[in-house]
Amino acid sequence: MGRTGRILRRTFLIGTAAVAGGVAFGVWAVRRDPANPLLPGLPVGAAAITPFVRIDAAGVTLIAPRAEVGQGIAHAQAMMIAEELDIGLDQVAIDPGPPAPAYWNGRVAAEGLPFAAIDDGMMARGARAAGDAVSKLLGIQITGGSTSVPDMFDRLRAAGAVARETLKAAASRETGVPVAQLGTAGGAVILPDGRALPYTALAAAAAATPPAGPVPLRPPEAWRLIGRSIPRADIARKSLGTEIYGIDLRLPGMVFATARTNPRLGGPVNGMDAAAAEAMPGVLRVVPLPGGAAVIARDTWTAFRAAGAIAFDWGAAPFPATQAGLWRTIADSFTDERRDSRLRDDGDAAAAATAAAAGAVTAEYRAPYLAHAPLEPMNATALWRDGWLDIWTGTQIPRFVQSNVERVHGIPSERVRVHQMPSGGSFGRRLEDDYVQQAVAVARAMEGTPVKLTWTREEDFAHDFPRPAAIARGRGAVADGRVTALELAIAAPSVAESQIARLGLPAAGPDIAIVAGAWDQPYAIPHYRVTGHRAPAAVPVSSWRSVGASHNGFFHESFLDELIHAAGADPLAERIRLCSHAPSRRVLEAAGAMAGWAGPRPAPGVGRGVAFTLSFGVPVAEIVEVADTPGGLRLTGVWVAAEVGRVIDPAGAEAQATGGVLWGLGHAMHAEITYEGGAAEQTNFHAFGGLRLSEVPPVQVRLLETDALRGLGEPTVPPAAAALANAIFAATGQRIREMPLVRHVRFA
Amino acid sequence: MAIVLSVNGADRAIEADAEMPLLWALRDILGLTGTKFGCGAGICGACTVHLDGRAARACQVPIGDLAGVAVTTIEGLGTAEAPHPVQRAWIEEQVAQCGYCQPGQIMAAAALLANNPAPSDDDIVAAMDGHICRCATYPRIRSAVRAAAAAMRGA
Ligand code: FES
Ligand code: FES
Repeated sequence: MGRTGRILRRTFLIGTAAVAGGVAFGVWAVRRDPANPLLPGLPVGAAAITPFVRIDAAGVTLIAPRAEVGQGIAHAQAMMIAEELDIGLDQVAIDPGPPAPAYWNGRVAAEGLPFAAIDDGMMARGARAAGDAVSKLLGIQITGGSTSVPDMFDRLRAAGAVARETLKAAASRETGVPVAQLGTAGGAVILPDGRALPYTALAAAAAATPPAGPVPLRPPEAWRLIGRSIPRADIARKSLGTEIYGIDLRLPGMVFATARTNPRLGGPVNGMDAAAAEAMPGVLRVVPLPGGAAVIARDTWTAFRAAGAIAFDWGAAPFPATQAGLWRTIADSFTDERRDSRLRDDGDAAAAATAAAAGAVTAEYRAPYLAHAPLEPMNATALWRDGWLDIWTGTQIPRFVQSNVERVHGIPSERVRVHQMPSGGSFGRRLEDDYVQQAVAVARAMEGTPVKLTWTREEDFAHDFPRPAAIARGRGAVADGRVTALELAIAAPSVAESQIARLGLPAAGPDIAIVAGAWDQPYAIPHYRVTGHRAPAAVPVSSWRSVGASHNGFFHESFLDELIHAAGADPLAERIRLCSHAPSRRVLEAAGAMAGWAGPRPAPGVGRGVAFTLSFGVPVAEIVEVADTPGGLRLTGVWVAAEVGRVIDPAGAEAQATGGVLWGLGHAMHAEITYEGGAAEQTNFHAFGGLRLSEVPPVQVRLLETDALRGLGEPTVPPAAAALANAIFAATGQRIREMPLVRHVRFA
Repeated sequence: MAIVLSVNGADRAIEADAEMPLLWALRDILGLTGTKFGCGAGICGACTVHLDGRAARACQVPIGDLAGVAVTTIEGLGTAEAPHPVQRAWIEEQVAQCGYCQPGQIMAAAALLANNPAPSDDDIVAAMDGHICRCATYPRIRSAVRAAAAAMRGA
């Protein structure tokens, strides 16, 4: 690995530090575009116009480098290219392409910066530009942080436009017709006489034509694809059972493996007896892994059984052995030494709350560890042959997979080919590559033979890298029917610290994820303070759909609801009154209008809760209605309004928004991961419930469009839990300050 | 000794332990990967197939128990050219997100509608509630089942 790789490892995710390091490179290096990764080895007669459009006689392939994990981003990326390329989505293949610096994510480095997403000031803009420069220099290719649409919208349309104009130039050279007289439609260049020259027929000519210079992009009025609901090709395959996910890959001569490693996370293997496993018919080999072993067999089931037959002597995890002990490390972190950030400090919140002593409101909230548990268990296929390593897997970090292979296994990253596969969900899980590195270890032991390594569901729960548990302490005051002070201190282990530690590095700087979705809320509360405390690292944790905002939405909006109740105000009206940001006010008003809001108790036994979170730049207001029935609480309605910027595909956007809300609700109601003896107690879906069909209420979504660019995979998650808890309070008078809510109420 | 399974209308000889769950015989031996592995414990429904027309969880059925039983998988339900009405409804409603649960959901819905052409909401819940969708596509699953039922009644 060269200098870039080392820098990348040293600076990734440290937000400010990464940006500062990047500025030192200067602009000259940033202006140069990374090489087109489609060109090396391109067959004669094929054209790779930009890193995003590949054409040969057989067809047109659009490269969609952001990973498809169910969010529909392959489709959305293809729409952006096809919009300018003048081709139908039914005329193209969509491919993730190889990992390459050309597919850098220009938005993700800015994610860790201490600027609110709606802050458009000079400092914030400068820092974001610097983040883009760093990411481009280092070729950081990541899918995450709801960045794909904002990052790719202009780049992919530009790629489509350049490809279109290049194809026209090629057609002009072939036919002698001036470019100005050529049009494009339906995947073909149209000649003045109406004849159509398909792009596929122009591939060879295009390959010999210099790419067109910068081409102006079409205005929104001219769009034919963007903004329309277009059926997704992958949905058809998924409904027919023909989509090949990573777990479905089959290669000639392939063998099947599984891994079993210490469920006491980070603990050692003190001993292992694999004799019984090795003696089982169909078992080919047992290979030691860090923390455990892999079994290679003729089929996955045999590998599973054999792995279960290995007697392991596992050592203890290097963190408190009980869940109570883990809670204590977080609860003990509300100290000055562990103070990590105070990004919001308006007025004098502490003094205001103290002065109001009589009217002061205090509360403590808890959010548990949560597993990602995508339905496709972790898996990867690897083949080590002739000094080359091929990896097939669903991953959000293909370039890190390469550099980690070099770090862990000593195979130079340029000898590692990563073939990105569609994923059966992720929710952030595939930002980790532990399962991939295991597959590599196994493949190295089986040189020349492709090995597919698949985890059992039990292994998947044991090694999930959960969303961290968190505690918040609120103090506030009200006066004259208004909320006047809100102070929230939040303690949680740092996801970034945990992720960086896995790269063998110390973490620097505050982790704004600890306070995301709380410090940056657009409320003009006179005395308003949000403090983050970094709890000691314990369970290895990672990014979980909406990250810190996933718990802070619950904390902030539940506590604000308590204050509003103490003030005797209406939960919706008081939020609107406090709101200092026009788009946020609009979504609160829109949600209220959709629900026909008439207060939190529209009928006896019925409660409505409202919550609002601005995260990933998207303000979202949600109203949840519950009915207190003899069988338990029933969710009877959900209304969601979000200002989402440009909607690429309305049906897809609605699916993401609804999915996020239901994800937030289901986990809030039912789910937690607890650790005993250093191991997760929940071993399969019987113990880690999500929402079930019978519980799903009607969900109405309204997406308010603007010309901003935002992502929608995460921002509807954070308000859901609080909206529900607030509805339960409205219906029953019971204020639940801890998730999962099912610890305190029954759901019907 | 080979075990003969009837899968999607064809007899297939399988060299494997009689205890092997149908799921793995389908996926690893026959290469029918449309049937998904989600939990391996009969909880999630991702592996749902039809056994003599009834929905069953392939991870819980040993192949040794399947003599004379007709197994239908998602690949045998319909094809791109001739999708089953349930598959067509799923595509029209654009149900799938990651899609990993959907073969199981579709097999459950198809079995329900084969026996109950006009299911009530409660019938749908009874047949489908045990199917986990981590992406929470439930609202569209519900509409697709209704749409498929209507289409099948009209046909
Ligand atoms: S894999 Fe069979 S029910 Fe989950
Ligand atoms: S669509 Fe992803 S699990 Fe159902």
